[in-house]
Amino acid sequence: MPEIDHVLNSVSIAVTGSGGAGVITAGSMLLEAAAKAGLYGLFTRSSGPQIRGGEAAAMIRLADGPVGAPGDVFDILIAIDWHNIERFAIELPLSDTSIVIADPSQGAVPDVIALSGARIIEIPLKELAKKIKKGRQNMIALGVVTALIDLDQDVVDQVMVHVLAKRGDEALRASREAVASGKQAISEIGARVTSPAISADGTGRWMISGNEAAGLGALRGGIRFVAAYPITPATEVLEWLSPNLQKVGGSLVQAEDELASINMIIGASYGGTPSLTATSGPGLALMTESLGLAVASEVPVVVVDVMRGGPSTGIPTKSEQSDLNIALFGLHGDAPHLVVAPNSVSDCVFSTQWAVSVAEATQTPTIVLSDQLLGQTKVIIDPPADLAFVARRVTPAETGEGFQRYAATGTGISPMPIPGIAGGQYTADGLEHDDKGLPSSQVKDHATQLDKRSDKLDNYDFGDHWAEIEGEGRFAVICWGSTTATVREALERLSADGKNFRLISPRLLAPARPAEMALALQGIDRVLTIELSHSAQFYHYLKGHFDISCPLQSHHRPGPLPFRVGELCDVITEWSGS
Amino acid sequence: MSVNSATTSAFSARDYKSDVKPVWCPGCGDYTVLSAIGKALAELALAPEEVAVISGIGCSSRIPAYLNTYGFHGVHGRSTALATGLKLSRPDLTVLVTGGDGDGFSIGGNHFLHACRRNVDLTYIVMDNRVYGMTKGQPSPTTEPDWDSALSPGGTGLRPFNPLVIALASGANFIARGFSGDPNGTAKLITEAIQTPGFSFVEVLSPCVTFRPDQRDWKKIVRPAPVDPTEDIGQAARRLMTDDGFNLGVLYSGKRKPYALTKHEVTSDMTNLEQQFAI
Amino acid sequence: MNTRIDIGSVADLLAHVKAMETEAMEGYQDLAEQMEVHHNSETADLFRKMAHVESLHVKKVLERAEGVDLPHIPPWEYKWVDGEAPEAVSNEQTHYLMTPYHALQLALRAETRALDFFTQIVAQCEPGDIRDLASELRDEEQEHVELIKTWLAKLPEPDDGWDEDPDPPMLQE
Repeated sequence: MPEIDHVLNSVSIAVTGSGGAGVITAGSMLLEAAAKAGLYGLFTRSSGPQIRGGEAAAMIRLADGPVGAPGDVFDILIAIDWHNIERFAIELPLSDTSIVIADPSQGAVPDVIALSGARIIEIPLKELAKKIKKGRQNMIALGVVTALIDLDQDVVDQVMVHVLAKRGDEALRASREAVASGKQAISEIGARVTSPAISADGTGRWMISGNEAAGLGALRGGIRFVAAYPITPATEVLEWLSPNLQKVGGSLVQAEDELASINMIIGASYGGTPSLTATSGPGLALMTESLGLAVASEVPVVVVDVMRGGPSTGIPTKSEQSDLNIALFGLHGDAPHLVVAPNSVSDCVFSTQWAVSVAEATQTPTIVLSDQLLGQTKVIIDPPADLAFVARRVTPAETGEGFQRYAATGTGISPMPIPGIAGGQYTADGLEHDDKGLPSSQVKDHATQLDKRSDKLDNYDFGDHWAEIEGEGRFAVICWGSTTATVREALERLSADGKNFRLISPRLLAPARPAEMALALQGIDRVLTIELSHSAQFYHYLKGHFDISCPLQSHHRPGPLPFRVGELCDVITEWSGS
Repeated sequence: MSVNSATTSAFSARDYKSDVKPVWCPGCGDYTVLSAIGKALAELALAPEEVAVISGIGCSSRIPAYLNTYGFHGVHGRSTALATGLKLSRPDLTVLVTGGDGDGFSIGGNHFLHACRRNVDLTYIVMDNRVYGMTKGQPSPTTEPDWDSALSPGGTGLRPFNPLVIALASGANFIARGFSGDPNGTAKLITEAIQTPGFSFVEVLSPCVTFRPDQRDWKKIVRPAPVDPTEDIGQAARRLMTDDGFNLGVLYSGKRKPYALTKHEVTSDMTNLEQQFAI
Repeated sequence: MNTRIDIGSVADLLAHVKAMETEAMEGYQDLAEQMEVHHNSETADLFRKMAHVESLHVKKVLERAEGVDLPHIPPWEYKWVDGEAPEAVSNEQTHYLMTPYHALQLALRAETRALDFFTQIVAQCEPGDIRDLASELRDEEQEHVELIKTWLAKLPEPDDGWDEDPDPPMLQE
């Protein structure tokens, strides 16, 4: 999910500009208008390091089916100016079928753009904007683009009303005039771009980002307390959760650092409230000691890691899949825990919700590995079904003399008293302990508790949700997280050419499920892993922890650029020798 | 505090002692702090299951297991954060935080500052022995600059923290100093600390008999503070300027409103909430 | 000791005695436990014995107090001379290698303080119920003091170096 059943028809548009040009606003409005009209789409952005006024690019892909990957080339690039375009040039691939709208007052089209062979159309955006009272170039651009792709002007207007209402009548009037002016300008030139066919309007669909989706999944799962420290690109999870938690009776607290965040949620969870925090790689690194505490004391918590370029401070605004190792192996000692990876923006809802439910059921910390690509991309989706996985902690039926908090049970899960329950008192401890929770360095106790903590995960019935397994063929591609959508679309294209592959995208990364993977690989002769990691972390994980008997190869590269569909089609084709 | 009355508390101090035998060196000040906590809880008639004691790492952090309340023996330096999360989400519980000077002021320094600043209704009892006892005798942030040790021969040469100064500057609403050699006095301070809303900080000088045998002299040096408690921060600050670290009693008892989460009523079911994403 | 011990009634005095004996009993129990944990069984046994003796004193106080409504007194409001119950042992010098001799010295100091406490009350009190009870208690404490002195006399003084331990402290966490 979301599955696509045909090769997508899409159009990719980029709007670039700087110094308050408002390209992000224009891009967002374009997506929303397209959504209302009935298109699916996604919207990402790129920007310089300035907090405001820097160079920015809004990148939109509109399609006739659910889309999760960027297009191979941009069909339209509309540049309000060319400042620092070299920063984005590599993210804006163009071809000789692309159209570049350039403002002649901004100087010659830079080589890096012109060399693509794209058709350059000059429209004096600045001049046109000046002719309108309070007119803005980004609205002129919006008019140009929506006309180029023949987007129904009614929906464009609806979006303008909705977005600009709070800025007042003047802003709305000016924008309407600007959009009309842009539309006029391009129709005089007579250029058109083929855009996807629309079968039905967008009623009932959602526009949502991965970070918002993770927040929603958390609430669906039953999270009611969040303590967190802001960090790019996870801060939006917290910004969404703060007011929305309140609506369902929960609360969010900003902590002084990530060490406080993880400990606050451990405290709140110990008190009985399902709790969560969101961070990125550097924050997760700080949290590892206390995650171990949660493992040892069997206190459930959920940590959403919206991965970014690493290592260390890395590339905060770009994506990578290089926190896999720390999520899987970053805790000292033998500390089994859960790692869940959403495989699309839409899946951020389910995966986070599911993570909450399995964390609570097994009394184990769970890391949700999202990334910047998922987190900060807005997509149009069909509303995700609520599969009703909620937090359900096992609490003791009886307490009192002889109650053992960490009793060895068949499942490895022992009832957890909530403070306030008489007779259930125990001291949760990071020290190894006996079945009552008293510190112990005894051979027997260490063995028993280690077994308990790993058995409870190994024995747990995760069901089919451990992975998405799609398609038939003799070769399989295994990937995870944000790479999945791109692989999916690549395989769809190859399938249209009669080349069929199986796709396996594990959602449950820890504990490893070798038996289930073996089943998934039945009938498979060769496997390719694809991941956004310089050192091929996922490939090595599979090699080390799974029994993959057929030849296993890796295609890997680091961020900051996401995989493109065409790129992966080439990779898979070459690998499969077809 | 309470006056002689005919009513007896439902609990005695011994009711809070668990079956776990403390492993502290005989002569350790922490024994009397443990008993003082029991006396305070008994005096306040708090049911053991309604109390949670949160600690970090160190000799004094072993206390939760020696009480039969709920407890959490967490990682080094993070007890105030863990306690904050617990108390904010469970305001019905009485939450105590216990630990030593290393746990609280070295690795825990940042969280200590913010706990004072946040002023959540917690009681933080620090057993200050001016040494890292558990790891065999290194200087702590409250150690005198000339105290000789293996890791800092000749002394650190660093000026020690005065935790009361930091607590006052950071916003703690109740600040006191006790001495383990005065168990009833300490019990009284802890009782008042728990009763006073907001972040209550009690530093209890608690000699380490093994690594700081020189602290045996403390009982000759400590004295009741020559002034009454104040609710004026400025006055408290001026008093601290002449504090040699051995004045006992309540320094400051303020009226700062404790921080607690607003209890939000459920105003939306999930279906309604999700409408915000609809196109 | 010139401060006045302000006992207002027989019930008040009984409440003080009960607290004193209970703290003594619990104190010796705790010390016995500490000695056991540190494998000093000789001294542990002695403290157990002392705890038992004190438990008999507690029993006796409870018998005396039957039918009497004892006031509830917060721990810090007892009229102890220096803030600590006279027989409290919590502040006493202890050591994991302490010998029964040291333990008895500790007990002797405790009983002597208790003796002084009641002696002072007798001296300060007007003739009456309170003074009568205080006199009884003083006499009992005198017996305890003598008893401990006899036990102590049977033990030789410990050698120099009784607290020597060739092993260094152990790291625990």
